[in-house]
Amino acid sequence: MSDFQPGDTVKVGTRFPIGHVRTPYYCRGLTGEVERRVGTFKNPEELAYGRADHEPLTLYRVRFRQKDIWPDYKGLDADTVDIELFENWLEPAA
Amino acid sequence: MTTERRYHDMGGLPAGPVERTEHEFEPWEHKTDAIVRLLSEPGRGPLLRVDEMRRAIEEMGGNIYDELTYYERWIAATTNVMLEKGVFSVDELGKAIEAVRAKQRAAGGEVAEG
Amino acid sequence: MSTEHPHNHSHDHGHDHDHSGAPKQPDTEDRALTYHAAMADAVADLLIAKGVFNADELRAKIETMQSRTPALGAKVVARAWVDDGFKQRLIQDGSSAVAELGLDPGPAPLTVVENTAETHNVIVCTLCSCYPVFLLGKSPDWYKSREYRSRVVREPRTVLAEFGTDIAEDQAVRVHDSTADLRYMVLPCRPEGTENLSESELTTLVTRDSLIGVIECKSE
Repeated sequence: MSDFQPGDTVKVGTRFPIGHVRTPYYCRGLTGEVERRVGTFKNPEELAYGRADHEPLTLYRVRFRQKDIWPDYKGLDADTVDIELFENWLEPAA
Repeated sequence: MTTERRYHDMGGLPAGPVERTEHEFEPWEHKTDAIVRLLSEPGRGPLLRVDEMRRAIEEMGGNIYDELTYYERWIAATTNVMLEKGVFSVDELGKAIEAVRAKQRAAGGEVAEG
Repeated sequence: MSTEHPHNHSHDHGHDHDHSGAPKQPDTEDRALTYHAAMADAVADLLIAKGVFNADELRAKIETMQSRTPALGAKVVARAWVDDGFKQRLIQDGSSAVAELGLDPGPAPLTVVENTAETHNVIVCTLCSCYPVFLLGKSPDWYKSREYRSRVVREPRTVLAEFGTDIAEDQAVRVHDSTADLRYMVLPCRPEGTENLSESELTTLVTRDSLIGVIECKSE
């Protein structure tokens, strides 16, 4: 899996499992910029089912432009949403 | 979309004005909060991880989710995880709830139906 | 639910009528025991009976969590307003900076985001209502509401206006969706005209809602 640096452009996975995930619906498939690498944490998608015996994942804060999320957004181009996302949901933006 | 988007995942959905409501937390809400914190401590396993509780909340069904208050969701979800793990049994839970209600009645208090 | 089953009195009794002779608890005496309240008591009883924790540990935890209030966050903010070195450390590593003041930030890393003339920050958790409870105490009901969680991420300027907060036309709004392992607190702007106030006087200007980012602090 890629190791991203602040400023890298990343794309969020487009997928819709019924299980426990911490990637909000509204940002799936969208492109944002890595704001910081937070550190490594156990995977919530495993912890949710009582499984903790796994390697932790890298967690990032990814910044999205509001106008990229909501086409009808009313506000500045500079308005953003920062979301914490795990590495398994991120890929390099084309 | 309403199928692939789960009910707790509500960012960006239309909704009414934010009512600036607050309430004094009741003793059972403080107790629920403390139970969750204690069960989450590494020294107790942990017997409960926050993502297990969230998962249980996300599985209770949209109508129940909207009907319950925040700490009602917490205690219901935590209880389900304890049942799954066999920390106590359904039989023990049912009897314990009735014991609490009986104590309330014996003290002259009221017990809500339902 | 108590809201659907309001006091189901089978007889009239006034507030001065005491069934048991025991001292009354004004907050709860009149309220029927709900299903979920009974479940909380039952689960506590079972976990104590099973030896998962004891009654003293439960009482102590309740007291500890009740001692966490926005006043702790206010103390952190006031220090940051008067001590720029502390402010820089707070933004760099919130948990360590808070610990410097002898406060417990809790197990999740605390992330402090600073309001400036250019940027206004506001916190939400669209998925479940994450909140820095160890520092600020329990969150207000509206923070956990469907309305706030749904809307502040999409129309933050409108929601902030509903709180009476008008964002300048050239000020960016930065929403932080608390989705994973961090917990967030806003460092509000120090109000103008407070240059002569002491650190402890400054703490009185810092409200809970300013730490969430839905309002700014005012000079009085």
